[in-house]
Amino acid sequence: MLDLKSLALATLLTPLAAAVFTGVLGRNLSKSWVHTLCIGAVGVASILSCSILTSLVFFQTEALNIHLYTWAVAGDISFQAGLLIDKLTAAMMCIVTFISFMVHIYTVGYMRDDAGYRRFFSYITLFTFGMLVLVTSNNFLQLFFGWEMVGVISYLLIGFWFHKESATVANFKAFIINRIGDFGFILGIAAIAYGFGTLDYARVFSQVETVAVSGQAIMLFNPIAIPIIPFACICLFIGAMGKSAQVPLHVWLPDSMEGPTPISALIHAATMVTAGVFMVARLSALFEHSAFALHFILLIGTLTCLLMGLVALVQNDIKRIIAYSTLSQLGYMMIAMGVSAYPIGIFHLVTHAFFKALLFLGAGSVIMALHHEQNIWQMGDLKKYMPITYITMLIGSLALIGFPPFAGFYSKDLIIEAVKVSTMPGASIAYYIALGSVLITALYTFRLFFVVFHSKATMSVETISHLCEPSLNIRLPLIVLALLSMSAGYLLVGPLLQGYFNGSITINDALHPGFAMLQAHFQGAFAMALQGFWQLPFYLSMAGVLIAWLCYVRYPQLSSHIQKTFPSLNKILNHKFGFDTFYEKIAMQGMSLGRSFWQQWDNKLIDGMGVNGTANAIDHIANRLRQFQTGHLYHYAFFMILGFLLLISWMLLTQPGVK
Amino acid sequence: MIALSDYLTFSAILFGLGVAGIFMNRKNVITLLMCLELILLSVSTNFIAFSHYLHDLEGQLFVFFILTVAAAEAAIGLAILVVLFRKKGTINVDKMDMLKG
Amino acid sequence: MTLPLLSLLIWLPIIGGSSLLLFKKESLAGWVRGFALLIALPCLGLSAYMLHAFDPTRWQMQFQETHTWIPNLNIYYALGIDGFSAPLIALSCFMTLLVILASYRSVKVRVAEYLAAFLIMQGLMCGVFSALDAVLFYSFWEAMLIPMFLIIGIWGGANRLYATMKFFLYTFLGSVLLLVVIIYLQILARQTPGIDPSATFNILTYHQLSLSLIAQKWVFLGLLIAFAVKVPMWPVHTWLPDAHVEAPTGGSVILAAILLKMGGYGFIRFILPIVPNASQAFASGMVSLSLIAIVYIAMIAIVQKDMKKLIAYSSISHMGVVTLGFFTVFSIVQRSGSESGAVMSLQGAMVQMISHGLVSAALFFSIGILYDRLHTRLVNDYGGVAHVMPVFATFFMLFVLANIGMPGTAGFVGEFLIIVSAFKANIWYAAGAATILILGASYTLWMYKQVIFGAVFQPRISALKDIQGTEIVLLLLLAIPILTLGFWPAPLLEMFKASSEHLVGQILQSKI
Repeated sequence: MLDLKSLALATLLTPLAAAVFTGVLGRNLSKSWVHTLCIGAVGVASILSCSILTSLVFFQTEALNIHLYTWAVAGDISFQAGLLIDKLTAAMMCIVTFISFMVHIYTVGYMRDDAGYRRFFSYITLFTFGMLVLVTSNNFLQLFFGWEMVGVISYLLIGFWFHKESATVANFKAFIINRIGDFGFILGIAAIAYGFGTLDYARVFSQVETVAVSGQAIMLFNPIAIPIIPFACICLFIGAMGKSAQVPLHVWLPDSMEGPTPISALIHAATMVTAGVFMVARLSALFEHSAFALHFILLIGTLTCLLMGLVALVQNDIKRIIAYSTLSQLGYMMIAMGVSAYPIGIFHLVTHAFFKALLFLGAGSVIMALHHEQNIWQMGDLKKYMPITYITMLIGSLALIGFPPFAGFYSKDLIIEAVKVSTMPGASIAYYIALGSVLITALYTFRLFFVVFHSKATMSVETISHLCEPSLNIRLPLIVLALLSMSAGYLLVGPLLQGYFNGSITINDALHPGFAMLQAHFQGAFAMALQGFWQLPFYLSMAGVLIAWLCYVRYPQLSSHIQKTFPSLNKILNHKFGFDTFYEKIAMQGMSLGRSFWQQWDNKLIDGMGVNGTANAIDHIANRLRQFQTGHLYHYAFFMILGFLLLISWMLLTQPGVK
Repeated sequence: MIALSDYLTFSAILFGLGVAGIFMNRKNVITLLMCLELILLSVSTNFIAFSHYLHDLEGQLFVFFILTVAAAEAAIGLAILVVLFRKKGTINVDKMDMLKG
Repeated sequence: MTLPLLSLLIWLPIIGGSSLLLFKKESLAGWVRGFALLIALPCLGLSAYMLHAFDPTRWQMQFQETHTWIPNLNIYYALGIDGFSAPLIALSCFMTLLVILASYRSVKVRVAEYLAAFLIMQGLMCGVFSALDAVLFYSFWEAMLIPMFLIIGIWGGANRLYATMKFFLYTFLGSVLLLVVIIYLQILARQTPGIDPSATFNILTYHQLSLSLIAQKWVFLGLLIAFAVKVPMWPVHTWLPDAHVEAPTGGSVILAAILLKMGGYGFIRFILPIVPNASQAFASGMVSLSLIAIVYIAMIAIVQKDMKKLIAYSSISHMGVVTLGFFTVFSIVQRSGSESGAVMSLQGAMVQMISHGLVSAALFFSIGILYDRLHTRLVNDYGGVAHVMPVFATFFMLFVLANIGMPGTAGFVGEFLIIVSAFKANIWYAAGAATILILGASYTLWMYKQVIFGAVFQPRISALKDIQGTEIVLLLLLAIPILTLGFWPAPLLEMFKASSEHLVGQILQSKI
């Protein structure tokens, strides 16, 4: 058996090689070559990831933490590129490569007729590499490398159909908002470098205690100083807010739905947007030392969870509904992080990756069948025509609303439990909001589901005549993911609560006993599912489904009636709480400020008054002076004599000797 | 007896007339030349007066030089004038402002 | 006798370039280009050899050459390089080669003169970076204005006369004060006992001169004007956008890649080591100016419609990061008590200079490629270029990403190191520098979006031909170092290490 290092390197480099190869030579290769190569590479990476996981779990291999090469040495800090392969990383690697594998297969069908077929494959394979760099990093710098790399590929993929203005606006927006997050992230890294003198995870974690008690602080304004760990944590979390689309930096994610559906599933649901969650878990040792940062995370997570769920209720675009749902679920993950239940957050990340990828791919299948129609009101009654899509979407929806024993049930239930038992101040409010969000989740999920699959068909006859199930390479990922959405929670909850993440995630049990309590109360996955039927979240979600059924199937006029009864609420939700307007205003202000800097200050003041002003002044004075040069002899003679007289009189008056 | 001061006053008046002529004359270059001669004359007068007063013949000697130079100068001046007239078709002083800045 | 490497690097291109002027016939243009390449290539080879033979562990001047020049005044032809100047010399040689390559397509008139101007310029630039005698430095410094003046004035755009005059007068005004300072320092050196009278014009002598604080402040201001104009720092930056807009592609490239770096080089060769106390006294002001440059100029860049102007403003903003790196060293040492943070800051600033040289050059070349085809620089005249020029769009994407400091490209390294080290001085310095992440992305990607993305809305864009031949080679030659530096900046940082440490030692030593 190969050692861990070569396995990990092979996992990383296979997708890179395939991506570069297809990227450079893609135009000379046939389509089937391109996708065979890319799918093959990601498949290999996927198998290798699994074998890494296996060797860590079953063969009890030591976690790997090595340096690959020295990126740079500056001052007294040495920046290394390296690998850290532990159970957390391995889990992430498996998820990333597996979902990517599924999406690759799906893409063959979905992008079949697209002119950018090869480019697309090159991008998503490269994305897989970027994501692997992100999760396998053993230091902050490399984390940032992966972080930005996936950001760039996300940018390229959102704008994949770059002839559409809306797509290029969306990817621009996504990049800029992510950069605001990066602004925080890089300051966080700088704070780490300042406080710890290294960017290596292991060395940072080993010094956390020392730094925490040393009282080293960062001076903001003269009397106000913030201790270094909370400061770094908040800054890093701002980065996570950008990438994981937390309120108020979430606005890019719904717009990113301009990209092709496979990448919505891969990047904007399953993997990249969860990078922030992964980062918090990876740095749990750091975050555990800052109650302030955890509170901040809890607050942001709760806000995201609630607000985005509400917005999802009024969306009409099938992909946007799922996107807002993703935001809301990311909020759940962050809530888990906030109450120090990191493993549960990661657990939700994993299950969410399965069912959300499923939902997106299902939506993609519907969109394709309807010739790129995304408005749910232009769909309906698809149950009849697309049975496989229907069933898989149903499974995905049930998993999303947390119906026992589907995957979402375990993770979401555990999050709610973790919040419930948390001793953090404010956790009780978060608990009620998390519960409320269960209802909202069920409502918007089944609103979508009923409208698309059950309500009266509104498509044209011609469209209906073409309706059919998609090809095998689209159905296959749907079925596989559906199976996993059903079973993953059941299979994984046991290992999770039996301490799978011990060693890679640090929880201070004395301060945050929540996770330990959940572990103690766990009596097996089956028992948990049974209990699930008797608990509040279950009833809430059933209520949500019922309301959705009433509003959109039984009494279709009810929803518009509700909209008319609460116009202001409807308006707020349709404006998505005004975040977009707010950013637009800021951008406008910035532009006009820039313009006034340019025109008023640079052009008028510095150039106009200063530079050209000097030139003009000299010109002006010279113009005056040349008036004396009349060209007339008699003027010159006059001045000569005048000057002569003046000189003589000056001599006579001042120099006594001449007299 | 004519005092030295009378000579000096006379020459000063001549000088003043010459200078004033240069300033005030806006029309004719010939007048300009004549004014120049006037100024030279006033200088010569001064020389002669001082020569007589100081009993030093060098002053009177100098006047001869001045007269020769003045004659040559007048000749060259008139020659330039002729060339100028040929070129410009005028000898009006106001028109001669090629040095104007 | 050893090879006079530096002299060769200076005089080979100057002599070669001058001899090109003999072949002014238009019909000889092809030969002239070949000949120019034949001069530039060995120069690049020499500079590569120089980098190879250079010993980065020593801070002392290497490859020194000294000859008598004007013995009565103790002026010598003294050359030598340290870790700061060696990479800059290599960059100069590299850029000139690229400019010659680019001229194959973009320059059609007065080819011989054009290439001669650039070759002469290359020699002069190497001279500036290797001169150890102040008068020699000054001569090269001023002589360099002439070819640049001609390049903009002859091959420039419509408003080139205004731009050249502005460029010339601006920079000349600064240089005059440089001369005054050199003379003052020389007089002072002569009066100081214990200084070898033959070394009174040597820059290294000035490093050891002790000066009162008042004198230091005056010297600082005199030098500052000379170098700040070149960098350019806010508020003496307004010549740059005009010069860039009017200059031909090659002129813009050399201007952005090398000329601006001379300002930065002046800071580390003159200001910081000669007047450390005054630098410390003015440090917070300089940091403020740098931060203003970073933020204010970036905001101006956002509203630009002309691609070259946009990149010109972006250059000013990025050079603001460099000066920030230079002048935060004082408060880093003060706050953290250790010199290593300051060393990192200087290293970061130097890397930023090199990387900005590569990246801005790459962007100007890219814009030049577009300009050659459509003869417009206005963003709004383009749109959907990716449809017809996919290869170009890919390269341009890479350069754009490098400009916004994406990890994995050269643009990231310097900014990252400066932000990390500025954090040690003051969180707000770091935060100010980090705004370049957001603002830089805003204007650069906006430009990319408008030019490259979108639908093709006019026939003349659909008629565009993708890059080929020399153009691909050109962009590839730029892409390779940009990526290499991004993924492995260690050798370059190593180059600056000893010199940076030495410089930090120098500036921490009070001279009063």
